[in-house]
Amino acid sequence: MAKSSVAAIDWITVLLFLLLVAFGWGNIYSASYEGEAFSFSDFSQAYVKQAYWILLSVVLIVIIQAIEAKFYERFAGLIYVIAILSLLGLFVFGKTISGATSWYAFGPVRLQPSEFAKACTALALAKFLSDMQTNIKLINHQFRAFLIIALPAILIVPQPDPGSALVYAAFFFPLYREGLAAIYLIVGVSAAALFILTLLFKPIWVVMAIGLIMLFYLIKNRKQKPKYSRFILALIVITGFCFSVNYIFNNVFEQRHRDRFNIVLGKEVDSKGIGYNTNQSQIAIGSGSWTGKGWKEGTQTKGGFVPEQHTDYIFSTVGEEWGFLGATMVIILFTLLLIRLIHLAERQKSQFSRVYGYSVIGILFIHFAINIGMVTGLIPTIGIPLPFFSYGGSGLWGFTILLFIFIKLDSNRVNEW
Amino acid sequence: MRKLLLYLIIITTGIVFIARLFYLQIYNTSFASLSEDNAIKVIYDYPQRGAIYDRNARLLVTNQPSYDVMVIPRELKPFDTLEFCSILNITKDKLIKRLKKARVYSPRVPSIVIPQLTKDEYAYLQEKMRKFEGFYIQKRSLRDYQTVHAANVLGYIGEVNEALTKKDPYYLSGDLIGIDGVEKQYEKELRGIKGVKRIQKDRFNRDIGPYKNGKFDTLPVNGKDLTITIDGRLQAYGQTLMKNKRGGIVALEPSTGEILALVTAPTYKPELLVGRKRSPNFTKLVYDTIAIPLFDRGLKAEYPPGSPFKTINALVGLQEGVIDTKERISCRMGYYYGKNGQKLGCHVHRSPLNMIPGIANSCNAYFATVYRRIIEKYDTPQEGIDTWRKHVQSFGLGNYLGNDLPAGRPGKVPTSEYYNKIYKYPTYKWYATGTISNAIGQGEVLATPIQLANMTAAIANRGHYYTPHIIKAIDGTPIENEHYTKPKITTIDKEHFGPVVQGMYEVYTKGTASFLQVEGIEICGKTGTAENFTKIDGVKTQLTDHSVFIAFAPKDDPKIALAVFVENGYWGARYAGRIASLMIEKYLKGIISRTDLEQWILSQSLEEEYAKPYSGEPFKINQ
Repeated sequence: MAKSSVAAIDWITVLLFLLLVAFGWGNIYSASYEGEAFSFSDFSQAYVKQAYWILLSVVLIVIIQAIEAKFYERFAGLIYVIAILSLLGLFVFGKTISGATSWYAFGPVRLQPSEFAKACTALALAKFLSDMQTNIKLINHQFRAFLIIALPAILIVPQPDPGSALVYAAFFFPLYREGLAAIYLIVGVSAAALFILTLLFKPIWVVMAIGLIMLFYLIKNRKQKPKYSRFILALIVITGFCFSVNYIFNNVFEQRHRDRFNIVLGKEVDSKGIGYNTNQSQIAIGSGSWTGKGWKEGTQTKGGFVPEQHTDYIFSTVGEEWGFLGATMVIILFTLLLIRLIHLAERQKSQFSRVYGYSVIGILFIHFAINIGMVTGLIPTIGIPLPFFSYGGSGLWGFTILLFIFIKLDSNRVNEW
Repeated sequence: MRKLLLYLIIITTGIVFIARLFYLQIYNTSFASLSEDNAIKVIYDYPQRGAIYDRNARLLVTNQPSYDVMVIPRELKPFDTLEFCSILNITKDKLIKRLKKARVYSPRVPSIVIPQLTKDEYAYLQEKMRKFEGFYIQKRSLRDYQTVHAANVLGYIGEVNEALTKKDPYYLSGDLIGIDGVEKQYEKELRGIKGVKRIQKDRFNRDIGPYKNGKFDTLPVNGKDLTITIDGRLQAYGQTLMKNKRGGIVALEPSTGEILALVTAPTYKPELLVGRKRSPNFTKLVYDTIAIPLFDRGLKAEYPPGSPFKTINALVGLQEGVIDTKERISCRMGYYYGKNGQKLGCHVHRSPLNMIPGIANSCNAYFATVYRRIIEKYDTPQEGIDTWRKHVQSFGLGNYLGNDLPAGRPGKVPTSEYYNKIYKYPTYKWYATGTISNAIGQGEVLATPIQLANMTAAIANRGHYYTPHIIKAIDGTPIENEHYTKPKITTIDKEHFGPVVQGMYEVYTKGTASFLQVEGIEICGKTGTAENFTKIDGVKTQLTDHSVFIAFAPKDDPKIALAVFVENGYWGARYAGRIASLMIEKYLKGIISRTDLEQWILSQSLEEEYAKPYSGEPFKINQ
């Protein structure tokens, strides 16, 4: 294998990765230690386990770099099938932890296949889109791409782990980059806006407001002879959407899901029950002020006020102990990493690498956006981890594999023509 | 183009997050205090309140432990209620009600179930405590009075009010604070300083160790012990003598201004206002609006001083040069003045008299003449009055004394402005004769007993006084406050005091109090009989005169100066004079030789006299 490929590794990305992992581990340590002396043999401690996961991920990285880059493209389909099978296998062999059947248990070690399935799906999508015969402009091909993405998501939802399933929306990034019509974006954003409006107001008011706006527009532009039938169709679709959102929200969603939305939308105030997590997390972050209380000095962190603090809510430890400066630093590191990855993706000669790169960007971005948004109380509680930061071996390995396959592909671009 | 949109999404997200962090961490400061509230528990370590000793190092006030039974409702386990109730001597219904109340208040935070156990109850319950999970016993400290007297001097402590907790961050709701007397005045010295412990808590409100390893914790500093100037025995004796009478006795040590006794009657026992009994007892005392036991008459009652005030007019007369000690002034059963022959009456005595017998016999005509001459020495009566007032005020009259007890009244010495207003000057003119009552300490002059005692001390010292004070030493260190240790000089030259003191001496040897001599002590005094009025159904009605007396002794090296007021005691020597002479004997000799006199005072009650205005029937006075 070309020595040049190792030299071509993008060390900026690696450095950003290392910074995030190291800082993440420091915060996991602070959030989970309870005054005991540090010992590498104490496997009951989360931070010790995480330290081993991190060390082992280095081995993983070396293996990923050692494998021929073409391997990933050639075996993408097979890898995808294995991932789907592993998700299916959960229905039979899965281990249930706090209500979710998301794990395989091998003795003391537990693996969560959904964390690995993301990378596999990315490979499969990249393989499909980079096929000479694929044309994303065709509805038929769009549908097949959609199937590749939706299959694992559908398998993850009933675990139940809707948060992880939602992550598959990340594949909008590569699809969009590869030429998916902008109308999907417009429809998607409009649907989200309508969804929120419907929750805030009654659907009938939303529909009436939109109808009035349309009427006003049509009257104003009547000389251009607009196509009335299109507007009427759109209004019918919107009406249907609003009322079905209302119906689904009230009759299909469970109460806890409704509560999560209501709290973020400000329709409910509840700092003890369902709102407790978000509220405590905001208190912890807010108490950090400019420079924070110092490493291992966070009173909220020590008191264990924020549930799941070393996993999904790890960012609240950063906010409390490192303050505005530290938390902003983390945001900037993630933003830099994502921008760097776009830069890398754009310089790929092979479409496979580029699609895969954008899949990585999409997945990391959606995790970052949802997790920080949730911890800072901007969006409803959706339990997904912060990449490289949150405690959890599968998560860490999943993200490491995801990222380092791309680094490998990128380092191999010199060999492509 | 498409690439740009993705950049935009990522960067926008980053900016939104940073803005959100700025809002949470910098802009909105409420989160920081919320965190302080729920993660750190502050525990206060209360210091022992200082003890109070009298001038002879006799312990007056100390502390006693008190035990409250506390409950943390959610830690309660089923227990033998019958046994529990029988140990604590309460009914089961009551217990259930209190537990319910505690649970409503908070299931996690301790509440008091039974306050202030006796030592025996505590000892017994302590052994059985482990059977009753969820209950525990908390020790508190209450005041323990070693005396049944001087409640008005010592004051009391109680829970701090909400307004003060907002003003002074030292106090927390439920803290104890001195509310009256020495407890209030010397609160800062007595209370000490609370120790603070910060405990890191977890989300279940459990302690998980000291916050930052106790870096911010402090130890309590115990309160300082006070020595007050009161002579415990004299105070007790004064209160005994004043039983069934109303009024006040204030005794000072002229050479220092130390308050030896500060008696008010009626009064109450200090132990009534301790702990559990405080609230109902306090209510009872407050609602006694006729006898007003919480009203410290020694400090706050403004009485017309009556004849003792003549000594001051004599001194002012001498200082202003309007009279000498030899001139004799005649008295025809009173002083006649004005066009219509108004008369200021006097009693039967030899006539004419010069100054010394004038004082000894308390001749009204003599002092009316002197007073009129003082005022008329100046071109206008306004100027005269104000000059006279300046001299009078130099004896500590007519203004707050500045003593270290948190109560007091200024009394009254009228100004020219006051008379201008009354007589509607300049529409109408007024003259010295219009203010003639001032000559004999009636009319517009008012003084509190402590002011009169201080005036007496100034005469005893022949021209200066020390501001009366109650504090003698703090933690054994005598006070060095110049306000109390530097003499205030009167406007009267020293040589003028000789004849006045002689006159006061002759009050005992030849005059109005000659039957009250104490063998072996040269006492100087002055009787007073002060007219006074009240309103009954809106009609101004005269009541029996107040009995007033001032005295100091011994004549040439005064150790004690005092003023005694007995409300409606008729004439000066009748009650006040007797009480004064007994007090002096008690203080200087330690024992009472005239037991019949003592017996008479102890057996007398003025309650009938005090009931007269409330009887709703016509009554006679001065019987």
